[in-house]
Amino acid sequence: MPRTARDVVFVDGVRTPFGKAGPKGIYHETRADDLVIKCIRELLRRNPNLDPAKIDEVAIAATTQIGDQGLTLGRTAGMLAGLPQTVPGMSIDRMCAGAMTAVTTVAGGVAFGAYDVALAGGVEHMGRHPMGEGVDPNPRFVSEKLVDDSALVMGMTAENLHDRFPQLTKERADAFAVRSQEKAAKAYADGKIQADLVPISVRRTTPEGGELGWGLVTADEPMRPGTTMEGLANLKTPFRPHGRVTPGNASGLNDGATASLIASEDAARELGLPIRMRLVSYAYVGVEPEVMGYGPIPATEKALAKAGLTIDDIGLFELNEAYAVQVLALLDHYGIADDDPRVNQYGGAIAFGHPLASSGVRLMTQLARQFEEQPHVRYGMTSMCVGLGMGGTVIWENPHFDGGSK
Amino acid sequence: MSTAELLKGAAELFPGEVVTQAHVRHFDLPKGAGTFALITLDNGLDHTKPTTFGPRSLANLSAAIDQVEAEARDGKITGVGVTGKPFIFAVGADLKGVELLARHEDALAIGKGGHDVFKRLSSLAVPTFAYYNGAAMGGGVEVGLHCTYRTVSKAIPAFSLPEVFLGLVPGWGGCTLLPNLIGADRAVSVIIENSLSQNKQLRGKQVFELGIADALFEGADFLEQSLLWTASVLSGETEVSRPEVDRGEAWDRAVERGRFVADSKVHGAAPAAYRALEIISAAKNGDLAAGFDAEDKALADLIMGGELRSGIYAFNLVQKRAKRPAGAPDRSLARPVTKVGVVGAGLMASQLALLFLRRLEVPVVLTDIDQERIDKGVGYVHGEIDKLLAKGRIGQDKANRLKASVTGSLNKAAAFGDADFVIEAVFEEMGVKQQVFAEVEAVVPAHTILATNTSSLSVSEMASKLKHPERVVGFHFFNPVAILPLLEIVRGELTDDAALATAFGVAKKLKKTAVLVKDAPAFVVNRILTRFMGEIQNVIDEGTPVAVAEKAVEPLGLPMSPLVLLELVGPAIGLHVSETLNRAFPDRFTVSPNLAAVVKAGKRGFYVYDSGKPELDPEVAALLKQGDVVLTEEQVRDRVLDAVAQEIGLMLDEGVVAEAQDIDLCLITGAGWPFHLGGITPYLDREGVSERAAGRRFLAPGVASVPA
Repeated sequence: MPRTARDVVFVDGVRTPFGKAGPKGIYHETRADDLVIKCIRELLRRNPNLDPAKIDEVAIAATTQIGDQGLTLGRTAGMLAGLPQTVPGMSIDRMCAGAMTAVTTVAGGVAFGAYDVALAGGVEHMGRHPMGEGVDPNPRFVSEKLVDDSALVMGMTAENLHDRFPQLTKERADAFAVRSQEKAAKAYADGKIQADLVPISVRRTTPEGGELGWGLVTADEPMRPGTTMEGLANLKTPFRPHGRVTPGNASGLNDGATASLIASEDAARELGLPIRMRLVSYAYVGVEPEVMGYGPIPATEKALAKAGLTIDDIGLFELNEAYAVQVLALLDHYGIADDDPRVNQYGGAIAFGHPLASSGVRLMTQLARQFEEQPHVRYGMTSMCVGLGMGGTVIWENPHFDGGSK
Repeated sequence: MSTAELLKGAAELFPGEVVTQAHVRHFDLPKGAGTFALITLDNGLDHTKPTTFGPRSLANLSAAIDQVEAEARDGKITGVGVTGKPFIFAVGADLKGVELLARHEDALAIGKGGHDVFKRLSSLAVPTFAYYNGAAMGGGVEVGLHCTYRTVSKAIPAFSLPEVFLGLVPGWGGCTLLPNLIGADRAVSVIIENSLSQNKQLRGKQVFELGIADALFEGADFLEQSLLWTASVLSGETEVSRPEVDRGEAWDRAVERGRFVADSKVHGAAPAAYRALEIISAAKNGDLAAGFDAEDKALADLIMGGELRSGIYAFNLVQKRAKRPAGAPDRSLARPVTKVGVVGAGLMASQLALLFLRRLEVPVVLTDIDQERIDKGVGYVHGEIDKLLAKGRIGQDKANRLKASVTGSLNKAAAFGDADFVIEAVFEEMGVKQQVFAEVEAVVPAHTILATNTSSLSVSEMASKLKHPERVVGFHFFNPVAILPLLEIVRGELTDDAALATAFGVAKKLKKTAVLVKDAPAFVVNRILTRFMGEIQNVIDEGTPVAVAEKAVEPLGLPMSPLVLLELVGPAIGLHVSETLNRAFPDRFTVSPNLAAVVKAGKRGFYVYDSGKPELDPEVAALLKQGDVVLTEEQVRDRVLDAVAQEIGLMLDEGVVAEAQDIDLCLITGAGWPFHLGGITPYLDREGVSERAAGRRFLAPGVASVPA
């Protein structure tokens, strides 16, 4: 049977506000699956043209797939969100790139013709499920020295990346972090973020977090507007004495969920769904686990090569700020300035937080907004580093492109 | 007296209150609708312990309202909401506290305390919103009625004003506010009709359709959507419009309809519905303050009355005692029941087969003496399953499973060789039943329980000829088996704990209210009903006109008159039971020659219904041979109630049941005797009948009565 790959588009994306993990965090008493469910329902409300029965797949990512993040979340969340029972679902895991992988996986299905419309998203409740909960690494990793001891501690891999690129100093990382907070505060002030947030009701029954009872969360909790270089200078370096990685130039431990609608371009047009981005190419690449933050560089190389593009064709970047150094490594690699205005225009994970498997769709949702605002840009990319030494990059085309400079 | 003082005084009377907190939490609403204060009602326990309002709880809510009142006045907030913990909004007044009230003034304080707190929600400087997120009953519903707006979750399973059902009126604003919100007719449906229809619950969608709530949202993100809606109401984007309430004749017609409903359910015997209707009627002029005063008064009067105490007592019997049967052995002794045998394939046996099949979902096999009867029995069960399928009560898969699980056999050994529980429903004669049990015992495994559905024969005697009499229990159902909840479980002299525990385990799976009774003639319900009917029959035989005898017990508010009940049971069965009891207790149980004549004439009852109303059948009238002692209604009532009280006293002396509470539980669940009588013993105590006829009260003072 002759086949033609179909164009895949990003229709819409939403997320919960992100919270700080832990007993004082906004989501301490909120289930992870409920965060996903509310994102799915918001997508359906925002896209009333979409008959839920037409959704061919629900792919939901989580790194720690146990408890309220287990039980094949894509299926259970779909059922609990009120999707028809004919809509199937699955769970996805590529750690930090979970939601990104959910998107590229269903995108593959769309391109192949297996799906017309799919839901893809992710969740991580790092308060309920701390990193590494229940893991059982094979002892051969150690006995055969397959990875360095530091490979499973992400902060240590970031210190290792500083070692590899001595020019990426703590000062550059801190300066990047200050700008991330500034850009995020400005994006909030300009109303760029709120439109894609799903309000979440949260309950509190223990007093350490504040007033008791039900409340409503409408903004990201981790943000620290007004962060200064001085303020960051004296923070502890928890991963290495006299190291460079601090809570100030890294993303935190967070709770949150995202969801997006992915469709074939034809189906989107037929159903009257918005077309916010067109998928150009994607790639995941493995690197040494102890410098996992290097991953986005070869991933980007590969994705650009597949698209027949060069880095100069990319007009907007949404790079996940797991650690400032890891973004700087990519920018340095391509000779892009630390404060290049094309990069993370709304700020990044250092300000908003990084609930592991949910973040990929946040990058896409923000890039989609930027495409709308900047029709002179033709291509943008979302990229992130992934635990155990991986990187993932997805390149998108702006459907609003007006033939301008790039 | 200030609200705080009032509630402090009430709190001292109720030291055991489970206290509900009223947490106030502030946050910014979306759409720039300002800072909102949300009150969460939460007793700190999970959803199995619903949130209630006792005096300390009301004081907590009052303090929360103090706080938001000041914030609203100072312009710090733009709105106030009230919601509940997960799955529960609030289920109203704490009845345990109501039971403790002994003085009219304290009862009045409860009503006034609730009003004083709740009504402030309607007079803040900002709009107020109730979000019915979960079960809402009584005072829980009412706290929301005082708010400016309400939303309700599609997922809520229970929403009601059950006060009239218990013997109260919705007295924290319900009687006054609800008709003013949704009109008198709908209010009558909620307050009177639903309440008197076994406390029927509304679902979220109905709450919205009735106009009680202004918006309906799905459960998955109910609070989020409610708060977004709130923001749009506050910002003026959404305008809430409600239909105009008809304050004309429709209001009066609604109240009339309510009276008709009340009459048909309680026959004037319980005051609550009528008091509620008076307040609804007066609420027509929209004077809320006067309505609230009337509610306070009605509440206090009813709290100090016996009907409410009986109602709460009955409610607790059905809700609590029914779930933990007095005297039942440890449930760990129960054996698994994976296959059930039914001896007999007649109508009763077929109904039992259907019940066991549906509830236990294990193979059920019927036996009888010829194939035709068996086919008829199995056919009956299949037919009933088809009806359930047609009504959508079960799916095709379930229907297939159930039909495949019911079979019939002429061969008891093949049928019962691997049955764990065999029940017989053959002809009500000792010799026949003994023989059946002997045949069954010969073919069943050692662990099999043998149950008898006898209504009047001795279980011990039935078991006496068996090798293992310890495995026999009485399993006395009530007709209609599918509807009446009661199951009298009879312990024979030699019945062992394992058999009894298994019987209780099966009863629970059958969703029956099981009561342990001693192996005494006719057990509980039939003995009391037969004594009751026998005394009615006696006064008729002695010369009192049938109509007078029937009317004499009308003020009790029983579900039907004695002779209509006799018709339902069947005169022949009634006669048979009276003969059995006459043999056991000849001095108290008579066999009416008139009833015998009616049965002999083949009549199915005393009445004909040609005119649409029951009228004495002239053919029956011609059969009656009456004496010349004509009693008044009051004299008849005294005689009948004295007889019932005497019999109950003797039954308690004999140890037929553990306590008077079990007698009442049996009468409520097996004979449909009403809540406002508390079954019957609270009423007999209250009216002094027990003292007169049995020489003592049946219940301690304060149990189902106002404490001293």
